[in-house]
Amino acid sequence: MIAVVTFPGSNDDRDAVAALELLGAEARRVWHGDEELPAAGAVVLPGGFSYGDYLRCGAIARFAPVMRAIKAFAERGGLVLGICNGFQILCEAGLLPGVLRPNASLSFVCRDVELVVERADTPFTSRCAPDQRLVIPVKHGEGCYIPPPDLHPEQVVLRYATGANPNGSVDGIAGVVSEAGNVMGLMPHPEHAVDALVGSTDGALVLGSLIDAVRSHTEDLRQLGTLA
Amino acid sequence: MRATVVVRPKEGILDPQGEAVLGALRHLDFTVGEVRIGRVIDIELEAGDADSARADVGRMCEQLLANPLIESFEIEVSE
Repeated sequence: MIAVVTFPGSNDDRDAVAALELLGAEARRVWHGDEELPAAGAVVLPGGFSYGDYLRCGAIARFAPVMRAIKAFAERGGLVLGICNGFQILCEAGLLPGVLRPNASLSFVCRDVELVVERADTPFTSRCAPDQRLVIPVKHGEGCYIPPPDLHPEQVVLRYATGANPNGSVDGIAGVVSEAGNVMGLMPHPEHAVDALVGSTDGALVLGSLIDAVRSHTEDLRQLGTLA
Repeated sequence: MRATVVVRPKEGILDPQGEAVLGALRHLDFTVGEVRIGRVIDIELEAGDADSARADVGRMCEQLLANPLIESFEIEVSE
């Protein structure tokens, strides 16, 4: 089972559940006020505008009761994927390096973008090939990624294709993983690219990779107990 | 005690809001150089003296009010 967290202001939580279910996974929404996580194989922090983006995007959501459980889950090696606002929250919570700033254009961008897979050996990109091009939509006003000076190049999983950087992100970085490799954040929305009826299905490669990782690590995850 | 915190984007950090306002000011025929936009936070707090208030607010900045990777902050304390 994959847990999808609903914060006040999340608006892609249902889409994330629907996409995961479409891809054959069991997914369940978890309330931000819950102190404990259900026994989940992975956690998804969805897109949206948690707490109205007050102060800085994601800065307030990191204090939600469920975040303590998610931090513990991540520290035990649990898989956590943050999409858009979820990426911002993971950065503010210190689970991922760097920070997201207002787009260089100051405009909200909502369109398909081309991405390049830098690493296909993560639990979030195992269905991709290195250097594969993916088309996945973005929709954000604050997606300009500023890495810390010590970001390891190996932590960059996805980059915007040359000329496709929608927000001014440093080095075109679109998605990064934690040093341990079990936490990932990305600005594009894989959950909006799983059904050919509405365009690209490349998002299924990202979410499908996560589902594969959950399935293959069931035994390890069972040893994590209730993941409280 | 009252504290006023000024949070600014660090030097070298792109500030598109500041750039947009710079363009608008020039449009109004003002001769201006760089414009940077930050935020001001007024805080009322209980503290024994100005130094401890300053220390408390410093911790607030480090933990929440500013993101040290991209922002710097200044604190002013008054009775």
